Amino acid sequence: MTILVDQNTRVICQGMTGWAGTHYSAAMMEYGTRIVGGVTPGKGGTYHLNLPVFDEVAEAMNETGANASMIFVPPENAAAAMIEAIEAGMPLVVALTERVPVQDMLRVRAALKQSSTVLVGPNSQGILSPGVCKIGVMATGSERKGHVGILSRSASLTSEVIAQVSAAGLGQSTTVGIGGDAIHGLSMRDCMELFLADQDTRGVIAIGEIGGSEEQELAEFLAGIKPDIPVVGLVVGRYAPTERRMGHAGAFAQSAASDAGNKINALKDAGVIIAKSPHLVGETIREAMAAAA
Amino acid sequence: MKLHEFQSKALLSIRGINVPEGRVALTPGEAREAAEALGVERIAVKSQVLAGGRGLAGGVRLVSSPGEVEAAAAAMLGRTLITEQTGPAGCRVNRVLIETAVRPVRSLYLSLLVDAARAEIAILAGAEGSEDIEQRLQSGETRLERLSLGTGDALEKAAVTGLAQRLGLGSNLHSAFASLLDQLRLAFVELDATLIEFNPLVVTEEGKFVAVDVKMIIDDNALFRHPELMALREEHDGDEIELVAQNRRLNYLRMDGNIGLAVNGAGLGLATLDMVRAANGSAANFMDIRTTATSLDVAHGFTLLLNNPAVRSILVNVHGGGMQPCDTIADGLGIAMRRTGRTCPVVVRLAGNNAEYARFRFANFGCKVIDCPDMWTAVNRAVSAAHGERS
Repeated sequence: MTILVDQNTRVICQGMTGWAGTHYSAAMMEYGTRIVGGVTPGKGGTYHLNLPVFDEVAEAMNETGANASMIFVPPENAAAAMIEAIEAGMPLVVALTERVPVQDMLRVRAALKQSSTVLVGPNSQGILSPGVCKIGVMATGSERKGHVGILSRSASLTSEVIAQVSAAGLGQSTTVGIGGDAIHGLSMRDCMELFLADQDTRGVIAIGEIGGSEEQELAEFLAGIKPDIPVVGLVVGRYAPTERRMGHAGAFAQSAASDAGNKINALKDAGVIIAKSPHLVGETIREAMAAAA
Repeated sequence: MKLHEFQSKALLSIRGINVPEGRVALTPGEAREAAEALGVERIAVKSQVLAGGRGLAGGVRLVSSPGEVEAAAAAMLGRTLITEQTGPAGCRVNRVLIETAVRPVRSLYLSLLVDAARAEIAILAGAEGSEDIEQRLQSGETRLERLSLGTGDALEKAAVTGLAQRLGLGSNLHSAFASLLDQLRLAFVELDATLIEFNPLVVTEEGKFVAVDVKMIIDDNALFRHPELMALREEHDGDEIELVAQNRRLNYLRMDGNIGLAVNGAGLGLATLDMVRAANGSAANFMDIRTTATSLDVAHGFTLLLNNPAVRSILVNVHGGGMQPCDTIADGLGIAMRRTGRTCPVVVRLAGNNAEYARFRFANFGCKVIDCPDMWTAVNRAVSAAHGERS
C-alpha cells in the first residue's frame, strides 16, 4: 500500500500547457501515472499531450473523474490555482510551483480550513510511490518499491535519501516532499500520521531542517502515540550561516524552536532515532528496521 | 528584501503614517545642509544599515546644531557598524538619515508580521518600546499583546479599543490608534511585507502617533508585483557578490572558511555544511543552484568561487533532480574553470539525473576534477585539499 496516491489516482495538471506542465506531465505519464487531463483558463476544448484541456478544475473533475491535481502554474497565479482546486473539492492537490508569495499562502491556508482537500506543497518535489504513481518533478531511477516511508521538507535531500535507502537494500512505500516554504499544506505531523496508518510502511524517515517548529510538533505527536515502527530523523542546518537580523519581532516569532539542535533534541526525546550524519540515513533505517523485525 | 529605514519611512509616509521629517545624506556636508533645512533644535543622526540594534551600538546620535550633525555624520559615514544583530562582520554605513528628533510623551512597541506557525498576520504591541525590548521580554519586565489579522482583515472596533486599553492609551488616542492600525494593515498587505516594526512608536504632546524607527522586510517572492520596490535594491549596500548571484538564480551567502561550496537544493546544502564541519573543514560560502539556473548562470557562480582568493578547494555536491540535471552543473563548472584558468582542487560528488553524462562533459572540457562516489568521501577530500594535503 501507499499513502496519498495509489493505482486508482487520476491526475489533472493545472498549467499543463505551459513549459513545465508539458515537460513533467509527459515524464509522469511515461512513469505510469494516470494523467487524465489538464486545466488552462482560455484553452478549454483543446487537446494537449493527447489529453483534453479544460478551462476550470470543477469541469475537469466532472469530465475525467480526476481525484488529484498537480499545479505547475507560475507563482503569479499559483495560489489562485490552489484555491480553485480546493473550492472544487479536489481530494489531493500537489503544488510544485516554487517561490509563491507568502501572503498568497495565507489565503490558501484560509481556504483549506473549510475543506477536506489535502494540499501538498507548494515548493514540493511531489509524491512518489515506486512503480505505482509519481506526481512530481523528481528524477527517477534510484527508487525501489518497498516499505520505508519518507517525508521531507527538502527536495534535493529526499533524492539523496531515496538513493541511500535503495543502496541499503530497502525500498520506499511512498516519498512525500511536503515543501520547503514556511507556509504550506500537509505538515510533517499529518504526513507521519498517514504513514503510521499504512500497513505497508514499516519504517519512516523524517527529514527536517532549521526554521519553523514543525519538527517539534511532529515530536509531540510521536511522543503521544509511541509508534510501533522505527522512525529515523535527520535535521540539517546546525552550521548554517547566520543571517543579519532585522528588528526584534522576528526573534519573538521564531523563538528557539527554529534551531537545529532544539529540533534534534525534541525528536530524540520522542523516541526518534537521529541519523548521525546526512550520509548515514540509509544505514540507520536499515539497522533500525532489522532490530525491530 | 530588507529595506533601509529611510526607504521604509518614505513608503509608509505616503500611505498616511506619521514619520519624523528628515532627509538622507551621503556626506557630512549634505548632513549639515539637511540639518539646516530642518531648522529644529534637536536633530537625530541615524546610520542607515540593514540590521537592528543601532542605538545601543552608537549608530544613532541626538545632537542640537548643524555643526554637531556634520561631525556626527563624519564619524558614522564610511565606518563599519557592528551591532548585536549584524554579526561580527558588521555593516558599512554609506548613508545617514537626518531627522527632527521627536519628543515622546510615550514610547510604544508595535509590529505586524507573518506568523508562519499559525499561517496568519499578527500584530504585536508593547506598552514600552525600547532597543532592549528582547531582553526585557525575556526577563519578564514587559510583555507583548497579540492580535490576529488573519489574511489581512480589518480589525473589529472592539478589538482595537481593547488593545489600546491594554497598552494604557487614553480614550482621546483611540481613534488615532485605530486609523494607524488600519493604515499599517493596508500597507502591509499592499507592499507584500513580512515584517513592519515600529520601535519605538511615539505618542507626541499633540496626541499624534509617530513612527520614530521603522524596520521593514518585503517578501522576495512577491517582488514580481512590485517593480517600484525592486528598484530600491539599487540603494542597498548589501554584498555585491550576493546580489550578482541573486540575478543569476543562485542563492549565495558569504562565509568565512576556505572551501568553495556549490550544491543544488537548500536542504542538501545545509546537510553538506554540517558534514564539512563534522570533517573539521569550513566553507567560504554557501551557493545553492536554483532549479531554473542555466549552465551560464552556474558558470557565473563558479567564477565567483574560483575568483575568491580565500578558496583553497571547491566542493560540488549535486544530486541531479528532474529539474536540474548534473550535466547543466558540469557545463557551468567547465566553462568557469576554463574562463578563470585558476587551478585549485575541485572535488565533485555527482548522483542522480545525468550523473554519467556530466562526467563526459568534464572530460570534454578537459577539466580535472576529483570525482567521489559519495558525499562523505567528497567532503573529506575537499577538507584535506583545503588544508593543503595532497590527495
